[in-house]
Amino acid sequence: MTEQDKILNDVTQGEYKYGFHTDIETETIPKGLNEEVVRIISAKKNEPEWLLEFRLKAFRNWQKMKMPTWPHLTIPEIDYQDIIYYAAPKQNAKYTSLDEVDPELIDTFNKLGIPLEEQKSLAGVAVDAVIDSVSVKTTFSETLAEMGIIFCSFSEAVKNHPDLVKKYLGSVVPSTDNYFAALNSAVFSDGSFCFIPKGVRCPMELSTYFRINAANTGQFERTLLVADDNSYVSYLEGCTAPQRDENQLHAAVVELVAMENAELKYSTVQNWYPGNKDGLGGIYNFVTKRGIAKGDNSKISWTQVETGSAVTWKYPSCILKGDNSTGEFFSVAVTNNHQQADTGSKMMHIGKNTKSLIISKGISAGKSQNSYRGLVKVLKGAEKARNFSQCDSLLLGDKCGAHTFPYIETDNSTAIVEHEATTSKIGEDQIFYCNQRGITTETAIGMIINGYAKEVLNKLPMEFAVEAQKLLQISLEGSVG
Amino acid sequence: MNIEYKLADVTESFVSLFEANRNILLAENNEHLNSIRREAVTSLAKLKIPGKKSENYKYTAIGDLLFEEMNHVFSPKKIEFNIEDIFSCDIPEIDTQAILVLNGFFLNQGEEITKLENGVIIGSLRAAMKSYPDLVYKHFAQYSDYKNDPIAALNTAFAQDGVFLYVPKNVKHEKSIQIIHLLLSEEDQMVQHRNLFILEEGAEANVVICDHSLSIQKFITNSVTEVFADKNSNFNITRVQNEHDKSVQITNSFIQQEQDSTVTSNTISLHGGVIRNNIKVNLNGENCENNSLGLFLADKEQHIDNSIYINHLKPNCTSNQLYKGILDENARGAFAGRIHVWPDAQKTMAYQKNNNILLSDDAKMNSKPQLEIYADDVKCSHGATVGQLDEEALFYMRSRGINERESRLLLMYAFAHEVISEIKLPALRERIDELVEKRLRGELSRCNNCKMNCR
Amino acid sequence: MLKINNLKVNINDKQILKGINLEVKAGEVHAIMGPNGSGKSTLASALAGREYVSVTDGSIEYLGKDLLDMNPEVRALEGIFLGFQYPVEIPGVSMVNFMRTAINEQRKYKNLEALSAAEFLKLMHEKKSVVGIDSNLTKRSVNEGFSGGEKKKNEIFQMALLEPRLAILDETDSGLDIDALRIVANGVNLLKSPETASIIITHYQRLLDYIVPDFVHVLYKGRIVKSGGKELALELEEKGYEWITEEITAE
Repeated sequence: MTEQDKILNDVTQGEYKYGFHTDIETETIPKGLNEEVVRIISAKKNEPEWLLEFRLKAFRNWQKMKMPTWPHLTIPEIDYQDIIYYAAPKQNAKYTSLDEVDPELIDTFNKLGIPLEEQKSLAGVAVDAVIDSVSVKTTFSETLAEMGIIFCSFSEAVKNHPDLVKKYLGSVVPSTDNYFAALNSAVFSDGSFCFIPKGVRCPMELSTYFRINAANTGQFERTLLVADDNSYVSYLEGCTAPQRDENQLHAAVVELVAMENAELKYSTVQNWYPGNKDGLGGIYNFVTKRGIAKGDNSKISWTQVETGSAVTWKYPSCILKGDNSTGEFFSVAVTNNHQQADTGSKMMHIGKNTKSLIISKGISAGKSQNSYRGLVKVLKGAEKARNFSQCDSLLLGDKCGAHTFPYIETDNSTAIVEHEATTSKIGEDQIFYCNQRGITTETAIGMIINGYAKEVLNKLPMEFAVEAQKLLQISLEGSVG
Repeated sequence: MNIEYKLADVTESFVSLFEANRNILLAENNEHLNSIRREAVTSLAKLKIPGKKSENYKYTAIGDLLFEEMNHVFSPKKIEFNIEDIFSCDIPEIDTQAILVLNGFFLNQGEEITKLENGVIIGSLRAAMKSYPDLVYKHFAQYSDYKNDPIAALNTAFAQDGVFLYVPKNVKHEKSIQIIHLLLSEEDQMVQHRNLFILEEGAEANVVICDHSLSIQKFITNSVTEVFADKNSNFNITRVQNEHDKSVQITNSFIQQEQDSTVTSNTISLHGGVIRNNIKVNLNGENCENNSLGLFLADKEQHIDNSIYINHLKPNCTSNQLYKGILDENARGAFAGRIHVWPDAQKTMAYQKNNNILLSDDAKMNSKPQLEIYADDVKCSHGATVGQLDEEALFYMRSRGINERESRLLLMYAFAHEVISEIKLPALRERIDELVEKRLRGELSRCNNCKMNCR
Repeated sequence: MLKINNLKVNINDKQILKGINLEVKAGEVHAIMGPNGSGKSTLASALAGREYVSVTDGSIEYLGKDLLDMNPEVRALEGIFLGFQYPVEIPGVSMVNFMRTAINEQRKYKNLEALSAAEFLKLMHEKKSVVGIDSNLTKRSVNEGFSGGEKKKNEIFQMALLEPRLAILDETDSGLDIDALRIVANGVNLLKSPETASIIITHYQRLLDYIVPDFVHVLYKGRIVKSGGKELALELEEKGYEWITEEITAE
């Protein structure tokens, strides 16, 4: 084993640092999934009839569907009857003041680096904290409300803004869209809702922090963001889970709507528990994320840093409906040990002069499998559509795999679609060059990986770019963050 | 003997067709071949003809195409014609040794199989099975993957004849071998034939395959070509496809390469109704080089789909894929390329490029350039583009006094030339250059080299 | 400072250096010349500790310590700088980040506080003007998209920042125009002090017009076959290498 291999070996044995479990009283319903469970969830949340109907329709569809087998993933059979579909920290209503919040919970979020006290928050970030199935605290709601911005938990939105929810729920990701979207539509528990009114630039980063805490539960959150004409919002999502030996299911749906001239930026730092180094435990992360750039000149931008989960199945997509609309996807996906990721993006060009950009950087280490899968589709009417995709893979070690499965479907002769991809390893000469300047191999690898991922990290909001950079190091290095 | 059938399920219909013709297909007192055929039918029944949902045939609905009612002919049919009267080859100037295959059967113009002075054996595959059984069965159906590939299984079950080529150790066969596949019939017909090319250690050969349809009937061809390139051999295979709009042509090439061998294939699709070319390459020894290139020019309702799978099984191999397409009118094009680097195949260098030009609003192109990589010390890259002719370049040329039509032709020709320039034989390269230029100018139709004047 | 004793080196089991003896004292400038393939770059690689260069015999003593016992980065931290013949590109890693990391590793090694970003930028600015390097070079990723000349100037710039005790410049002059050559020479001359030493590896005498060596050694087929003062370089320039090689073959 060469020095470099040894260090690579060391740095790829990193431990997950969010694996703790919080001891709080949790209310759960019995395991299993049937119509009755769907009704119970809806009843627990005092939902209106139309929402129950939405859930039931989705559930009936789900029963007829099969889990997709096309991804480049090996997943043991999932027993959907062995999962708890609703878990919540025991509480009556949402806390209005922080004093009412269980100190254990505040402590949990502090440990995760997400303070719930507004005065302690990262400057300019409003947070919706979701633990297991429910939202426990949304910060800065009042401040934002003054500008007409609605930022609250999904349940609150159903209560307080039913017309908006009814109008947009399922409008981007129909409840029948795919197996996991149908499952989510049937049993989703909570999540975040955000509406930016016409002409408003949201002055702070909005953020949802998801935490799975209870055992044997699945997390099914639903996020809906609507940016009305001429508005702007940047949104960040983070997530962690305790270290457990059994796999836990996470199936979320995120829907984004950008109206005329609106810009929506959605960033994710995904750090669900990836399982241990032998592949035991970890989150199954099956997520449907899709945005529609509905109005002319609108823009949707996805940025993701994926380091967690045992299995990731996720393709944040843009439907470019408005003329001159833009879709972007920037991704760094790191897989280590036995992790598997099949992730990428879909860009559907419908409007004229629509543009899309895909930059994907995969990093595989250990015995992991990392796949990029993407579709760029130019429909007949999408005159002068442009796409550029760049999908690079970096392999650390010879036991892992890196795969690229792009699909290009062009139905318009004025479109220009370009796809490029490369696969490489860190060059020994690069490491030696750093060594010769006195830089250790471990630091050199970290620098080179961050340099490789730079194009994507640069797209993250400033506050999180540094976090993400550290996370990349931790995921691969094992040095304490 | 002609059999008509009409069954709901296309796979089932082929299995029944086999059963009905068992006596002919298994009659030859050849247990080796018979057992392969039986296995092929079993695997066809199991795998089934791929439908619309098959990832592999996502862009070519092969099940629908094979559903059509066709005649099958399981023994060579005597057709009285004088070849010079109806057909002159597109590539006549090059010094070749021409072999005719009519509707899938070797056309007897003398000996069915010949051993040349340098030891090269060439002729009918069916004859080779009788005269050189050991040589044939060492390689026959070894590479075609009929146990996993239903289309190869279909061919393996039914194909009876084709061309056999054997180049012995260290023999460099200078003269190009030209195989002309002719389709000529009075009724619609499905044709399945099979070629087997064996190059022993250090051997070299060039093969040119020309596919032509000579009568206006509908033809479905499903051909398999197996190539075995032993250590340090060098093989060039150029295919020129020029069939009419009603033809469906599925070609399947399985290329097995051993250490230090080089195989280059150029597939030039000038014309055809539906064309699907499958090329599967196994780089089974170190330091192999494979070049798979293709050019397709399609207009009207034509549909051309190329699927390339390169298996890098051993270290230090190089592969290059370059496919270029120009699509006009309602043409449909598809490309799927896969580079699969296995865990042991360190120091692999693999490149894949697919560039396409759409000339009309109704033309459509789908591209799937894919990488599947399980080794870390590799250099792999791929790229795909769909676009138009460069407007700036067009304007530049026009501002120098070249008219628009001519400017467009020049640009298209330049685009196509990258593939043609890789054809190794100079004479062939020049001829194909001319053919492509003619095709782009619209001067080459399927009737160009046919004297039947049927339309 | 540096004592090379009977150094024998293999690359891929082929013997390239066949017993090198060389002593470099503080304050000296040594030039190593020789025809292509004589083993000049191999010697530089052996001094910097490249993995593919395997030392089969002999020893290298540096400041009283066994150099062969040290990792490449420890050699660097101990003050050995190699100016690469072909500097590698490291995409995405900015020159600023790269050099700051290197400087701070060095400071850590010397038990000094790390430089803040502002302090480092100030230092870099100073050194930039000393070397006469274009300011936009440092804004780019390490060597990425640099021309051959820019890469070489960048090596000298890094040397000026890191202030090594022993600089080894491997064909730093090849492919440079006169102006770039002056920058390179200037950088080396600035470094010169009673405590430091340089080894200039070059094929041509040209660079030695600007950097005056104290000693010139001719490396041929893995051995130092002739040593002398700076006049040896001029003689080589005039008569070519054949003169030496003939002399050797005649022996």
